[in-house]
This record gives sequence, C-alpha cells and structure tokens, in this order.
Amino acid sequence: MSQKIDFSNWTCPLPLRDQPNVVMGHGGGGKLSAELVENIFLPAFANNTLVKLADSAVLDLNGAMTDGARLAFSTDSFVVKPLFFPGGNIGDLAINGTVNDVAMSGAQPLFLSAGFILEEGLAMDALGRIANTMGAAAKAAGVTLVTGDTKVVNKGHGDGVYINTSGIGVIPVGVNIAPHQARPGDVVIVSGEIGLHGTAIMSVREGLEFETVIETDCAPLNGLVAAMLDVTKDIHILRDPTRGGVASALNEIAKASGVGIVLSENKLPIPSAVRSACELLGLDPLYVANEGKLLAIVPREFADEILAKLQTQKFGERATIIGEVTAQHPNMVVAKTGIGGTRVVDMMIGEQLPRIC
Amino acid sequence: MKYLQEFRDPELAEKLLNEIRHSVMRPWTIMEVCGGQTHSIIRNGIDQLLPDKIELIHGPGCPVCVTPLEIIDKALAIAAMPNVIFCSFGDMLRVPGSSKDLFRVKSEGGDVRIVYSPLDAVKLARENPEREVVFFGVGFETTAPANAMAVFQAQQQGLKNFSMLVSHVLVPPAIAAIMESPTNRVQGFLAAGHVCSVMGLSEYPPLAEKYHVPIVVTGFEPLDVLNGILRVVKQLEAGRAEVENAYERVVTFDGNKAAQAMLADVFATTDRAWRGIGVIPNSGWSIAEKYRAFDAEYKFDVSDIRTIESPLCRSGEVLQGIIKPHQCGAFGKECTPRSPLGATMVSSEGACAAYYNYGRFVQLTAA
Repeated sequence: MSQKIDFSNWTCPLPLRDQPNVVMGHGGGGKLSAELVENIFLPAFANNTLVKLADSAVLDLNGAMTDGARLAFSTDSFVVKPLFFPGGNIGDLAINGTVNDVAMSGAQPLFLSAGFILEEGLAMDALGRIANTMGAAAKAAGVTLVTGDTKVVNKGHGDGVYINTSGIGVIPVGVNIAPHQARPGDVVIVSGEIGLHGTAIMSVREGLEFETVIETDCAPLNGLVAAMLDVTKDIHILRDPTRGGVASALNEIAKASGVGIVLSENKLPIPSAVRSACELLGLDPLYVANEGKLLAIVPREFADEILAKLQTQKFGERATIIGEVTAQHPNMVVAKTGIGGTRVVDMMIGEQLPRIC
Repeated sequence: MKYLQEFRDPELAEKLLNEIRHSVMRPWTIMEVCGGQTHSIIRNGIDQLLPDKIELIHGPGCPVCVTPLEIIDKALAIAAMPNVIFCSFGDMLRVPGSSKDLFRVKSEGGDVRIVYSPLDAVKLARENPEREVVFFGVGFETTAPANAMAVFQAQQQGLKNFSMLVSHVLVPPAIAAIMESPTNRVQGFLAAGHVCSVMGLSEYPPLAEKYHVPIVVTGFEPLDVLNGILRVVKQLEAGRAEVENAYERVVTFDGNKAAQAMLADVFATTDRAWRGIGVIPNSGWSIAEKYRAFDAEYKFDVSDIRTIESPLCRSGEVLQGIIKPHQCGAFGKECTPRSPLGATMVSSEGACAAYYNYGRFVQLTAA
C-alpha cells in the first residue's frame, strides 16, 4: 500500500426521508407511514377523534346512544399480492382486518361495508371464491356485511382486486381502551405466536418451501376481546400488530403513552418455521405482520387472570406475557436479548428490507 | 434451529464473557470488519456486555455504505431508462445517490425490483426477451460468486438482454488501508467469516505479519463473535499477531475453490472507490474483458455526477474510533436518526445511531 487514505473525510450515505413522491415505504407501517398521517392527513382533517390515532375511532354520538355506550368505527384497505396464500385469501383479511380494528377499542363489531376495486380480466371464479370466503369469515366473526360498492379499472391498473372494508361496533359502558393509557408496571401480553402472516406471504412471493407450510394466522379477535373484558373492564390498551409487526405497534404505544416498554426476547413466541424463514430472508420477526394476534397492555394485578382466560380461547391458546411497561426510557422500546444484553427496538423507517449481509 | 440456536446459548455466552473479562489486562481496540458482525453485536447487545477495556470499532464491511456514489448514480440512471428492469438486493434501494434513491426512481415509473439472488435476474431476462434486465452486483467476496455465476449462466444461455452493474469490494486491501492510515487505532481484527469461506485464509498471514496485528476469522452468532473477541484479546495480551480461524465449521484454509475459479473467470481486479474513503488500489472487482457484453457500465451510456457530502459529519473519525459519536458537533443536533447526516446514524446498527438510542436509554435509566 503506497497510498495513504485520509479517513477524516470518511462519510457514508444517508437515506432520503423527504420524498417528493409517494414511495412504497409510505405504506409500510413505519416512520414514513406515520409522517404521511402527521404531515398530510391530520392537518387536513384536524379533529379530536382522529388525533388519537387509535385502530378505531370512538364516537359518543352526542348522547344519542342509550346507556352511555359508545360507537367504534374503523376502515381498512387490502391490496395483498398474491390474492390467495397458505391459510387464506384477501377475503379473510378484508373481514378480519376491520373486525379486529373495531375490536381493539373494546367494541363488539356489528356491521361491515365492503368496497371492491376490480381489475378488468379478473377471473369470475376467483372473485366468487373471495366473496364466499368473506361471507364465511363475517359469519365466523359474528358481523353482518350490510352495504357495498363495486368499481372496475382497466387491465394493468390493479392487482386483480383491491378491497376496502369499514366496520362499526358498540363499546360497552365502562370500557375505556385508548393508545395513551399504558402505565408503568403494566404487563404486555401477546395473544399467540408472532410473524406468521408476513412470513406466509413472503414465502409465497419468494417461492420458498419449508418442511411445514407456514400459514397466515388471519383470525377474528373480537372473541378474545370479549373474553378479556369478562375478567375486567380495566384493560388499558389493545392493538393488533399488523404491518410493521409487534415492534411498530409497541413503539406507537410507548410514544402515545409517554412510557418505556421492555421486552424479553426469550419469551417471544416465535414459531421455529418463522424464525428459519426470517433468518433466510434477512428479516426480524418483531417487524413482520400478524393478522390474528393482539397486544394487550393490562394492569399487573389482572395479568395472570387475563392470560389464563385468553389461553382458554380458540385464538388465544398460546397467549403469553412478553414484557412490561416502565417509567424508564420513555417513548422507547427495548429488548433484553437472549444472551443478556439489551437492544433498542426502534420503529422502522419505511418497509423492512432484506439485508445484503 | 440446527447450527443457530447452539451458537446463541446464554450460559456459554456468559462463560466466554467471563473468560474475556479474566483475559483483559490492558485496553484494546478491536475492529469487526463485516457489517453482518456489527449487526449481530448490536442485535444481541454484545457491546454492552464486554468489559470497558475492550473497544469495538465498526469496520467498513457494509457494502451498502461503501458503494461509491458514482455507481449509485449510474444505477439510478439505468433504472430510470424506459425498457429496463432493474434488479437489486433490498437494502440498496434506500441508498441515496446525488439527488434520489432507487425507491424514488420506482415511484417515478422505473421498473425496480427486489430479488434474493442474481440468478432470479437471469431468469427474468429469459422470461422478458424484449426488456433489458440489469442486476446491481454489489458487495464483498461473499456475494461475488453468485454474481459471477449469473454472468456465466447468462453467457451460457446466450442471453443478450442481461447485464450487471458491478461494484465489488475486497476485504484485505481495506484492512491494509486501515493499518496504513496515520490516525489508525485498530489493534486487532475480527475478519469476516463468510468472506473467508469463499476466499480462504491465504491472504491474511502477510497482513498480520506486516502490520503486526492479530486477525481472527469470526462468525456471526453471539458465541462466534465472543469467541473471536476472546482469541484476539488473548493474542494481544500475549503480544502475538497471528491469523486464527474461529469459524472452523464454515471456513477452511483453502476456501471454496470452485467459487474462486468462477470469480477468476468472470471478474478482474481493479482499483475501486469506496464511498467517503476514496480510491483504494486493487480493492475491487469488475467484469473481465471477455464478459464485457454483460457489463452494464459499457452497455448503457451513463454519465457521472458528483455529490456534496455534509461537511458537518465526522463519521470517518467515528468509524476509526478517533472520536466518540457524541463528540461530533452535529450529534443529536443537526444529525439524528430522524434526519441523519452520515451512515453511522442511518441504520440502527450504525455507531452513531446505536450511541444515540442507547445513550438516551442509559442516561434515562440512570436518572
């Protein structure tokens, strides 16, 4: 080596955050998604209900509801590719996604709408299968699909079918679940194994085959919510960790409540197939989407009873305590690692990207 | 998982940590060369478990960070061309060029796709004979064999519409450059295990001897990293400077001969610019003369553009361990994970981002 390198000028690239156009990361459920809501939508629609940024809006309808019960209202759009995947299809997601968003405010979901954007050329058979799936999923969740809309776009302008669903439900009197209510000492419960849905989709997209087929965990969670409310109405927060995964949902909770959250990595229920797939794909299961799991932030005194109750339920058998809320390091989620270290579990910027090495 | 869980065992980790604690007598500065090792160190919190006397410096082994701006700009220009399908590993998409990144090119209509293997890009070329398929071939010796194989297969299959934009970099010249730097503080290296699984160990004894520096080939799981650190520390304390293989289940002295033959056939050694560092002689590979038809730099007319990097950012000194992240004037002010000035603040495993996040964490828990 004859040439001397001047390291004092050594700099590295930084990702661009101020995009003049929408990029895919704006839909990833990470920081870019949050910025889109904060900078574009909140200023345009400013009101006291939306600003809470819960999974569903909570409305008291100026006392029009009897007994002081309140209404939960939510909407979600589904653009998954492929339309059919192990364990379900876009129809399951469209029903359960909105049912779960409504349920996360403690409501019993009642009625759903469905809007379909169909791409010219979509096989009628595929549409029929999706519709039948939605019917069955609605029945299983105990909701009625009462209104809808259909539009068709030119071939090449959609991925077969996009679906939007909205839903309403009734929040029982005395139930007050909202994103800002985590308190130091609270316990973090997850209702089952994490990372299944996102891994199932990625495996199909990448043509990966494992010893066991990884299936989506797509499921309605309103039954779990009702069971938990049977134990106590004093549940502080419920979230379904869909895109962005457990890490993003907990970061949002930490921020909204101004608290810290500590996870125990060796308590995270990660199926071995998901763990293997994530190793192969260069992903972190904490950031992978779930479609049939909820996170509950509950007072410590009720944690064991709630956990026991969840474990008696069909979709809660593998429920487990994964961490706790602390007054330390507010707005931050950290994990105790398997070998006893600590790492910060930050929010993603955009989408989770497979690493080169 | 076989061969993974065994190397994440908490009790064995504690044993190794104890042995490290007992072995360290003096302060030592050790560089882990590979970005994958940095990731593992941060991901498992290894840096916090080590005794204070051991300082880890995160090395230049992140291909995303060291790929030169000129190549990124060429990638952006090619990806924006109307008939091109531009394929890349996922995390290259967010690396900014002079004015945009591949995500933005995609949002503006460019056909940019994430693939897991360069052979997927060859397949795309076969399936889309009317389109030009370009693969972004970056990385160290680890990713190079598959890229060489893709070029070789494209030639075997007679594909005229496949090409590769290559910016491969090599570890041994980087180690030499670091040791030659007048401000160098590195006293021992964890060499990149997967690089050595391809190339073998023969390049390292001359480096260990010339610079009197221990080089321990190290894997990526927590026990691998701890074992690598322990063996470097033992050498340093004993005044030895040898090449050791602490990743024997993967790395042999000769490496992967078939891969080396493929590399020698498809690539030629070249001077390579490292982003933010400058040109290091003979530190990279480009596509050899006889495969020039598959070299995207020749196939497409791409012009070079220069960028202006922030003069505030002192990530170079951070990467060398000359200053701690918080000693940079921009740290936590102009430069945060929200709006980073340098790569060390970009990813959660970057030295500055880790320091920023963990520093906040420690400060708050201590208060």
